[in-house]
Amino acid sequence: MSRVSLSRRRLLAGAAGAVGIAVLQRVALAQIEVPPDPTKVPGRPLSALGQRSPFERPRRLVSGVNQGSSLTPLQDLCGIVTPSDLHYERHHAGVPAIDPHRYKLLIHGLVERPTVFDLAALRRFPAVSRLYFLECSGNGAAAYRDPRPDLTPQSIDGLTSTSEWTGVPLATLFREVGVKPGAKWLLAEGEDAAVMSRSIPVEKAWDDALIAYGQNGEPLRPEQGYPARLLAPGWEGSANVKWIRRIELADRPFMTREETAKYTDPLPNGTARMFSFVMDAKSIITSPAYPAALPERGWWEVSGLAWSGRGRITRVDVSTDAGKTWAAAELQEPVLPKCHTRFRLPWKWDGREAILMSRAVDETGYVQPTLAELRRVRGPGAPYHFNNIRAWRVRGDGTVHWGLEG
Amino acid sequence: MRRAAVIGVAVAAVATVYASAKQGAPRSGPPARFGLGRAATADEIKAWDIDVMPDGAGLPPGSGTPAGGAKIYARKCATCHGPSGTEGPFDRLVGRDQALVRTIGNYWPYSTTVYDYIHRAMPLGAPGSLTPDEVYGLVAYLLWRNEIIAETAVIDARTLPRVVMPARDRFVVDDRRGGPEIR
Repeated sequence: MSRVSLSRRRLLAGAAGAVGIAVLQRVALAQIEVPPDPTKVPGRPLSALGQRSPFERPRRLVSGVNQGSSLTPLQDLCGIVTPSDLHYERHHAGVPAIDPHRYKLLIHGLVERPTVFDLAALRRFPAVSRLYFLECSGNGAAAYRDPRPDLTPQSIDGLTSTSEWTGVPLATLFREVGVKPGAKWLLAEGEDAAVMSRSIPVEKAWDDALIAYGQNGEPLRPEQGYPARLLAPGWEGSANVKWIRRIELADRPFMTREETAKYTDPLPNGTARMFSFVMDAKSIITSPAYPAALPERGWWEVSGLAWSGRGRITRVDVSTDAGKTWAAAELQEPVLPKCHTRFRLPWKWDGREAILMSRAVDETGYVQPTLAELRRVRGPGAPYHFNNIRAWRVRGDGTVHWGLEG
Repeated sequence: MRRAAVIGVAVAAVATVYASAKQGAPRSGPPARFGLGRAATADEIKAWDIDVMPDGAGLPPGSGTPAGGAKIYARKCATCHGPSGTEGPFDRLVGRDQALVRTIGNYWPYSTTVYDYIHRAMPLGAPGSLTPDEVYGLVAYLLWRNEIIAETAVIDARTLPRVVMPARDRFVVDDRRGGPEIR
């Protein structure tokens, strides 16, 4: 075995004119032992638990301690599924430790039969598995309010992830407990230290909401609500209450702090929009994007993610000239409702400055707005729902930076 | 004869299997109820049913005043929200100016929500530790500091729902509907 030469790698990285991130990756690489020819030595033994190649070190970007968030490294992903250990986090009082054997979900209020389900009972119901995105409604705030050239796909839009979720339709549980006709809202309440709570219209339960206990083929990660959570497909992350322990049915909304003082949208006319659940269509190019650079001209793939809380993405247009002209990107199958959709467009870079943009359209005919359009209707101080068109500037030297300015 | 008897038994067996398959759940679709879970007890519901609604439903017995709440605030809240509720470092709680970022005085539409939230989630390091009297006191103090109630007011399950918040009529239900219009 030989160690990769650190100095030589650094030299190569420098010669390629790569950015600081690349140098860091070379340093990490220097710690890994690799044979000169892997076909000439037996490989390592089998293992009970797999792990990533040591050459791959994706990380969530953490901000805050237990009240903040951690962002998915969108620029490191391919396809549409987010590895569970990279799924974004947004917690209001940390990640609770819950014993699955003691877990219970209480459903009461305007129901015929107030009922407690343990985890085993939830798992006995007919289950469904569906791919859905989740997104914090604060996603995109940095780019909307404080755009800087060194923003990355992760720091801009990393508060969204896609998983295959497995669980029991909430409608099944509603039939089981006999929800009364007068019930119009449900309170979803978590078992975390914030006892996080949101009011949800019962129509969402009858439509497509799940009590999910599975994520990407295994039980939920603690950070995503282990052992069970509410999944309200297409709706802002905070409505998808994690660690759910109680559902109360009522004839009116509960007006919790999160749906009044927090996850509401003050508008320029002085009113404030409440129960703004649906995440409108959005897209972002994840490659090329800062901090990656284009080392040479020629063919590159412009690739990114698009999604809509209202259904399927029907089109993503890509511009390389700051929105003067657009070309339809290829949508990678499967294109699923309320799920990340991967788009791709081959692009021949001629070495000149270019502004890359993507524009998503969903099945309702909604077109992702420009920053100017969104600011006009929401005002400059809007706290949530930032789905404006994102832009990347490619310079003549191949570096890529966020935004139209600079 | 013997052979015919064997065939007869086989036919009967097949008929039995077919009949049971026809009666089985997979042929008739899922039932309306699966009979899973168990009845919740009144004590279980009472232990977890902590929400307080705008009409006061869910408020417990007890009471508090701004003066009493001020002492609790200084001891348990001021570290995070500032000595007068305006300094932070965490959420600013006090202020009527519309230019401020979403205080209780300029943005919270329902007084009952203040009780509900303090009781369920505060203080950050010891959530759920406050007694009803302490929570009523803190609510009274914060409403008084926001110039919504008088310094002499007593806040309890009867008076709190009657407090009309300055931001009460500010909220409108989401009017985004998809389609071509940007709202």
